Amino acid sequence: MSEKKTNRRDFLFTATYAVGAVGVGATVWPMIDQMNPDASVKALASTEVDISTVTPGKTITVLWRGKPVFIRRRTQEEIIEAKSVKLEDLKDPQRDEDRAKDPEWLVMLGVCTHLGCVPLDQKGDYNGWFCPCHGSHYDTSGRIRKGPAPTNMEVPKYEFVNANTIKIG
Amino acid sequence: MSDHEYTPKSKFGKWFNDRLPLLSLASHLTDYPTPKNLNYWWTFGGILTFCLITQIVTGLTLAMHYIAHADMAFESVEHIMRDVNYGWLIRYIHANGASMFFLAVYIHIFRSLFYGSYKSPREIIWIIGIIIYLLMMAAAFMGYVLPWGQMSFWGATVITNLFSAIPLVGEGIVTWLWGGYSVDNPTLTRFFTLHYLIPFLILGLVVLHIWALHVPGNNNPVGIDIKKPSKDTVPFHPYIVIKDGFALLMFMIVFAFFVFYAPNILGHADNYIEANPLVTPAHIVPEWYLLPFYAILRSVPDKLLGVIAMLSAILILAALPWLDTSKIRSAVFRPLYKQFYWILVADVLILGYVGAMPAEGLYLLIARVATAYYFLHFLVILPVLGLKEKTIPLPLSITEPVMGGSSNIAMAKKKESKIE
Repeated sequence: MSEKKTNRRDFLFTATYAVGAVGVGATVWPMIDQMNPDASVKALASTEVDISTVTPGKTITVLWRGKPVFIRRRTQEEIIEAKSVKLEDLKDPQRDEDRAKDPEWLVMLGVCTHLGCVPLDQKGDYNGWFCPCHGSHYDTSGRIRKGPAPTNMEVPKYEFVNANTIKIG
Repeated sequence: MSDHEYTPKSKFGKWFNDRLPLLSLASHLTDYPTPKNLNYWWTFGGILTFCLITQIVTGLTLAMHYIAHADMAFESVEHIMRDVNYGWLIRYIHANGASMFFLAVYIHIFRSLFYGSYKSPREIIWIIGIIIYLLMMAAAFMGYVLPWGQMSFWGATVITNLFSAIPLVGEGIVTWLWGGYSVDNPTLTRFFTLHYLIPFLILGLVVLHIWALHVPGNNNPVGIDIKKPSKDTVPFHPYIVIKDGFALLMFMIVFAFFVFYAPNILGHADNYIEANPLVTPAHIVPEWYLLPFYAILRSVPDKLLGVIAMLSAILILAALPWLDTSKIRSAVFRPLYKQFYWILVADVLILGYVGAMPAEGLYLLIARVATAYYFLHFLVILPVLGLKEKTIPLPLSITEPVMGGSSNIAMAKKKESKIE
């Protein structure tokens, strides 16, 4: 058997494997991607919330994309407490101004960044939220202060449509 | 493997067996030489097979009445409990059957740890066993989600969120697992599909597990290699069949106690409340059989490291045949290992206990110490012990310690030769 003939075989083998791999990949991908969020799930993009009945010190919880969103009208003490925290004391440093567009209104996903439970309002060591699942404490700005959660509770994209309405998403 | 050639007696049997040797297989399984000193801890393999079959049969019947849809799942389970003929019985057998399955598998695993059944030449049996155990946990977890109660929903949320600890791709994986932005209907339907599939995967692996077992044959309480067949062995049928059958009967009494007298004692009352994505129950705990690993997860204050520690706690078992450096299998002849073995048993029980308690204060401290010890046992104690430990001399055969009645080997040998 000459060198040249073997090379020709090798090329054919490699080409066959390559085409085969592309074929397998193209067949497997739809099977994997069918598990991703479908069009009907993606369509539920935004939701508008009436906040006219929320008085200071009250939190309402609304459902957005299957997840709870906390909308809290904070009291003056809470705002002062949130603003007075030194950034170096925070696990996930973030200024309160960057989390609440209007200091009176805190809008965030009510989902613990540890493993996704819904934290309880007005509980924990920092007068904010406390996650009953694994003991994460959040402050009045929803920032992680103590416990296993790695980051602050997420602030979704939202805007004030008018004085009484918030649009989330 | 039995060495003898089997020939069916009837002409048809011979004709059939030449084409598909099922009769040879049956003959191998009946005559399979088994160490005659197997104690009752060895009956749990048979008990586990019973558990698997029970789960498959009750699961199939439940699936005829259950509806895998977020709006209807909870009601369909209540429908099974109240309207379907004997639905309550089938569901209670299935739900408690999962607990019984894990009870048996833990005894089976700890039997193996005590008598060193995982050691050469039985590593493959052991590793297949660990894979079965992992699949059992996956099946149990997904099965628990199906009733779509509060614990179902939040358990699913917490466990799937474990994947979000993976750097970069974690969030994408979680969204992919959910089929949305939270646990919802797409999650429920795929969990139902997988919950249905996994038992059959386990069934296939059980066949491999037993096949791999039948190559070297059973380990035994003395842990020495034996000649097969010999006066140290008895045929599987009727000796082991009867013994396994009796043990199974005892096991079924315990099983029936739970099904008929305390069907909900191992569950959580919160799961009789329909899933609500806005409210997390005050105290989330997994089913009892996952508690030790849950304690390990919570004892690490970092999210990613906690997940890694929990997974390692399970996967470290697969490396056990190589972590344990001792050539002596049975703990009977390893005085130090025997003590460490019982400390490990206590350690796992403690982890299970603190896993059910709130993760704070003293509980958290205990969980951390117990977690550290768990890894210390496998990563330090076992490798070092195998090299340092002074072991007790092994008997020459399993007949010797029984018939000899003396640690004097010469004496025992003499008696043994007389019997022969």
